[in-house]
Formats: sequence, C-alpha cells, structure tokens
Amino acid sequence: MLESIISNYNYWVFIILLVVGLYSMMTKNNLMKKLIGMNIFQWAIILFFISVGAKRGATVPVIAGAHGHDTHTLVARAAEYVNPLPHALMLTAIVVGIATTGIALALLVAIYKRYNTIEEDEVIEALKK
Amino acid sequence: MIAEQFPILIVVTPLTFAFLVNIAGLWNRRLCFPLALIALSACLFFAVGILDAVITQGTPIHYYLGGWKPPWGIAYFIDHLSAYMAIIVAAVALLVAIYSKRSIEREIHEHKIPQLYTLFLLNVTGLLGITVTGDLFNLYVLLEVASFSAYALIAIGEEGALIASFRYVVMGTIGACLYLLGVGIVYSMTGSLNMVDVSGILPHLYHSKTIALAFTFFLIGIAIKMALYPLHAWLPDAYTRAPSAISALMAPTMTKVGCYVLIRIMFFVFEPRFSIEYIPVTAILGWMAVIALIVGSIYAIAQDDLKRMLAYSTVAQIGYIVLGIALANKTGLIGSLLHILAEAFTKGCLFLVAGAIMYKLGMRTIGGFKNLFWKMPFTMIAFVIAALSMIGIPPTCGFFSKLYLLLGAVEDKAWIFVAALLISVVLNIVYFFNVIRRAFFEPSASADARDGGVRKGIAIEEAPLSMLIPIWVMAIGIVLLGIFSGKIITTVLQYAVPIGL
Repeated sequence: MLESIISNYNYWVFIILLVVGLYSMMTKNNLMKKLIGMNIFQWAIILFFISVGAKRGATVPVIAGAHGHDTHTLVARAAEYVNPLPHALMLTAIVVGIATTGIALALLVAIYKRYNTIEEDEVIEALKK
Repeated sequence: MIAEQFPILIVVTPLTFAFLVNIAGLWNRRLCFPLALIALSACLFFAVGILDAVITQGTPIHYYLGGWKPPWGIAYFIDHLSAYMAIIVAAVALLVAIYSKRSIEREIHEHKIPQLYTLFLLNVTGLLGITVTGDLFNLYVLLEVASFSAYALIAIGEEGALIASFRYVVMGTIGACLYLLGVGIVYSMTGSLNMVDVSGILPHLYHSKTIALAFTFFLIGIAIKMALYPLHAWLPDAYTRAPSAISALMAPTMTKVGCYVLIRIMFFVFEPRFSIEYIPVTAILGWMAVIALIVGSIYAIAQDDLKRMLAYSTVAQIGYIVLGIALANKTGLIGSLLHILAEAFTKGCLFLVAGAIMYKLGMRTIGGFKNLFWKMPFTMIAFVIAALSMIGIPPTCGFFSKLYLLLGAVEDKAWIFVAALLISVVLNIVYFFNVIRRAFFEPSASADARDGGVRKGIAIEEAPLSMLIPIWVMAIGIVLLGIFSGKIITTVLQYAVPIGL
C-alpha cells in the first residue's frame, strides 16, 4: 500500500493539485485567487499527461545511429524511446492555458478599473446599485 | 476536386477571415462587416456541399490533414450527424451576422466593431471545427477556441458582463480541463486519439475502472460546457449580459454543439451498450434532464427580463435534448437531434426579437411591453411563431421534435419522462403567454387608446429591414422545417443515429 503510494507519488501530487485548484475556485471570494486556483487546476492536468508520457531509462525518439549508411540493419526498439505525443499535446495545452490566463487577467483588469475592487461580493454589491 | 477539400475549408476560411477582418479593421472599420459576411456565406456553402457529399456517398467522409493517416495525423470524420450540425451552425451564424450590423452599432462602442467580428468568426471556426473533427484532442483545442472567443464576446456586453464572463471563464475552464483529463486517460489506455480508432479499441477495455473514470470526466466536462441543469450557473448571466446579436449567436449554437459532443462521445466513441449497460449513465442523465426542463422552465417564469427568461428557457431546452439522448432509443434520439435544429432556429429567432426590441425600446423588461404589438407588428408576429414552436404547436418544428421525444419516452415506457415533458409544455405556455399577453392585450395607459377602443396614436416603429429579414427567415424556417421534418428525418437523421440503438 505505502509502497504503491510512494512509487506513484507523481499521481498523488497531481490529485492534490487538482483538489487544491478546485477548492480555491469554489471557495475564494477574491477573483485573483480564483484565477490562481484555475491555473493550479490546469497545470495539474498537464502534470498528469507528462507523468503518463514519462518512461524511466528511455530517451528521446530520435533513433540512435540512424544517421549515415547501415540504417537498413538497424532495429528500432520501441521500449528504448519515450512516446513524444503526450508532451507534444501538452505544449498545445500550455498555450491554451496561457490564453485562458490572459483572458481572465484582462477581465480582472477591466473589472478592477470599473468597480475598483476584485472581491466578488463587492462587485456584486456594486452591480445591484 | 475542390469539393474534397471542403472539410478543411470550412474551418480554415473563417479562421483566415478572422485575421483579415482584424487587419482590415485597422484601415477601415466599414470593411469588417462585408468580410465577415463573405466568410460566413462561404461556410454555409461548404456545409451544404459536405452534407450533399455525405448523402450521395452514403458513408462517412474521412479527411486526413496533410495526408497523415490515423493514428499519427489528425483526421476529420464527417458523417450525417456532423454535416447536419455544421449546417445548423453555419446557417444560424450567417443570419445572425446579417442582423448584427445595426444591432451592434447601437449597442457597443464603434472602435470595438473589428474585434467583435474577429471574435465572431473565431467562435464560428471553433464550433464548425468541433462538428467536423474526428480527433479527441483536436476537439478539445477547438472547444477552447470557441469558448475563448465566447468569453471575450460576452465581456463586450452591457453592465455586469465582465463578471458574468469571468464566471464563465472559470466554469468553462473546469469543463474543458475535465474533458482533457478524460482524453488523457483514454490515450494512456488505448494509445490513440482518433475517434474511429479509439472506438475500435475500447470494447476490450469496457470492464476497466479506469475507462469508467475517463467516461465520467468526459461527461461532467461536457455537461458544464452545455449547461446541463445543476452545472448551468454560468449561462443565464452570460447570455443576458452579452450584446443581443451575440446572445443570438451563442444560445442556438454553443450549447447545442455541446450536445453534439455528448452524443459523439456516448454513442460513437463509446458504444451505446457501454453507456446503457456498463455504467447506467443514461438513467442518471434522464433524471438530470427532467430536473433541468422543469426547473429551467420555472426559473424562466419568474424572470422579468426577456433575455434572462430566454436564457433560462435555453437551460430547459437542453433538458429536452439530453432527455432524448438519455432515452437511448432511435425515436428518442431522432427527437433529440430534431430538437437541436428546432431549438437553434426558435431560440435564435427569439433572441433576435429580443435584440430588435432592445434596439427600438432601449429596454427589455417584460412589464414594459404594453402595446408593443401595435408598435412592432412584424417583429412580434415572428415572436409568436417562435413561441408557438417553443411550446410545441403544429406545424412548427418544435412540435415534431417534442412529438418524437414523447414517442421515444412512450416506447421506453418511461411514464415519468412522459409526464415531465407534458408538464414542461404547460410551463412553456405560462412564460411565453406572459410576454404575449403584455404585448397584445394589456390596455394602454394613454388616454386616446382607452376611449377610442382602437389603438390610435401608436405609430408603427419597426426595427430596420436588415434586422427584420433574419428574424423572418428564421420564423419562416421554423414553419418550413416543421412541415418538411419528415424529409429531414428520412434523408439525414435516420442515418445519423448510431448503430446499436
């Protein structure tokens, strides 16, 4: 039990980050803190993908010794290489994450300029007037 | 020859034009509208071309981007269902774009117009992309393209739009991330992202708990994006505060495309037997749908703001669509798909009417609609047609979709669902007749109307023609789609229902 927890610690970190992110999105009143929670949530999922893609003792998927001549005798063993796809997907997901953060920050700036606060209840109070 | 490239052109055209509009806007703001119109007309043309190709070919179209075969490359996969959704999105987007010119000039600051049309086109890009893609991760990216533009479009709106948009960002991101998590788990189990590929590998893994977990993440993520009842919190504020034309674009398309994704995942990527037998998800969805359509309608009755009422009505209509999916029989699913079409045109028409009223009256409180019928007769007649469709009066489209849903529920002997459908019809009557009563029958406070009996002194003040035409195209569309619903079912929808239902 304990051993499986320790050897899969990356997944436990992922779960903890996911819950921390969700918690701060749901409970925080400050919109900036909500945004930070959202970021933690997103990065947790990126961590998950990276963990899935990681392989101990493997290398980048550039076939060793494939340059030059005797390439036809070369046998590429899949076990020696890391699947690059999860990492490539995460590059896209990081871009998506940055775009979300950008939009949310722009909204926060606009909210602050208009209502002079980024506390959710105060904004709602100002809207009711 | 070029027709083979339609699946990619339908995504690339609005994307390219989005940037063109932005650049042209720097030079001359008046160029933005015609450019957007060209792009959206092209999209509709491509969508019709794709549907035509699918119908004549009879089998799904596979389009490999850059010639890379799956599982390595991104593949577009278009069957009857995708082509059907693409046409709905393209048609609604074009009509709303025609309408938007005058409405937006009135509602938002002039220097934001180029950005608005850029985002408009990006939103359409995302939505059309979702309908044609056959790749799970590509779907996530396009979902986010559509959502980002939606966040920004909503934020352009009136007072309170900023906070509504921020809430939508937070909720929407949770939804998208959960979907992404589902994709991650499915990829780690199957080693593929291509939907056709994955659906071939998954049946061996149906007993795995990990796959059940992935399925749950997919479901919750999509449910947030499509605003299924307990997860709908972002929708009413967002659709109320957005500019009128933008609400009219999003309400018929965004949530419906969410429903499409749900159908795609539940019945195509996973086989129907998985969603029905291995996890009783259809049963759970059925109850959520019933709650959505009752509670959504009750909330709608309580609203005094026309757009907010329509927004809650959207939540209720999602209930109908999900109910059809949850019935998981052929009749129910056809009803559900037909309701996506009916709801797209009906809700589109209603939001356009709300925008026209906003344009003329500068407000949209239902209490202030006295004598509106005599002021804006054409707009209000369109409203009545749409309201009748929403309630489900023949020969409108809404009647036939609800009929199929009802027949589907009877087929399953799900009597509680039948009862819920009938009750919700009554609730629909209540909130639409509240508006109609105010606009038609409320006696005017002005003196000349009281003693004259006839409503003299009320000059007709209609919305401009460029706004009336899209409203009427949708209104006539509602009736025509109803009359020809049989034809739609025999040529498209019966092939759109997945095998195994």
